[in-house]
Amino acid sequence: MARVVFLLPLVLFAVVAGYFAVPLLTGRDPGELPSALIDRPVPDMALPPLFEGAPGLASDDLRGGVTLVNFFASWCLPCRAEHPVLTRLAKSETLHGISYKDDPARTRAWLAELGDPFERIGTDTSGRTAIEWGVYGVPETYIIDRDGRIRYRHAGPVTRAVLEDEILPLLRSLREAAS
Amino acid sequence: MRFLAIVAFLLLAPLAAAPVHAVQPDEIFADSGLEQRAREIFRGVRCLVCQNQSIDDSDAALAQDLRTLIRERLVAGESDEQIHRFLVARYGEFVLLDPPFRPGTWLLWASPVLALLAGIAIAWAALRRRRSPVEPAALSDDERARLAALAASDEEGQ
Repeated sequence: MARVVFLLPLVLFAVVAGYFAVPLLTGRDPGELPSALIDRPVPDMALPPLFEGAPGLASDDLRGGVTLVNFFASWCLPCRAEHPVLTRLAKSETLHGISYKDDPARTRAWLAELGDPFERIGTDTSGRTAIEWGVYGVPETYIIDRDGRIRYRHAGPVTRAVLEDEILPLLRSLREAAS
Repeated sequence: MRFLAIVAFLLLAPLAAAPVHAVQPDEIFADSGLEQRAREIFRGVRCLVCQNQSIDDSDAALAQDLRTLIRERLVAGESDEQIHRFLVARYGEFVLLDPPFRPGTWLLWASPVLALLAGIAIAWAALRRRRSPVEPAALSDDERARLAALAASDEEGQ
């Protein structure tokens, strides 16, 4: 018993070291939150379009096929960083955009500069729709299945690693399950 | 004496600092009762951008949006419970700074008590050991034989 007590500080150190080692070694951001809306239907929304004459984005647009939804803003630097990855993704997938708390003219200029990968774009100027989705910071990317349910959320920029290790495999399995 | 003065200063200094809040003057309700309820809710809701601040303390845009949204729901006559449920449905239980006691959180709530019990156990074991010094165990026959052999070989060496 007496000898075991001497090991106690060592055990405590191992516990604390392990606590720090997990995020360091797995590369997972401990501040990242799991979405409360996984497997839930997309929130009701009917967002006005960004471009005049173009369609906006409503909940019904997210049913009938596997789609992706990306919350972005022209003032958001990581959105700029993920833009090339999204552009690549949009070549083979249906990607919709929701511009979050942004001046529509600025969003339009931003897309004119970088290119527009989105099929439909809704504008959420007040940020209320984003709260319905549980968004806590742009960019955030969601995968919606053919029944209009949220199956995946990635907070932060979509990197190539996230695209290849998480997003593309899930899209593939959602398609396989449907066929 | 000098030491005491320094300790007293360190303990009291934070009390002298005025509390700083992120709530903007134009947000505040004219009805002070409702305002008090709103602030009570804000203090219990986590700012998801900063994560270790309440939305009452945070200047983040999302915190302000959530404050405005909660105020609107209060004006619409919703109960605190309904507002909490609305937030938890969208952001998960993590949004509450005061997590409810349920099967998934009992360890979290029990941890201070468990830590205290562990401390008492360790202190008790240490005190008991100090009070009754351990009697050395008597040598076994085997050990006695080895000791005799060692002593014999030592004499031979000389």
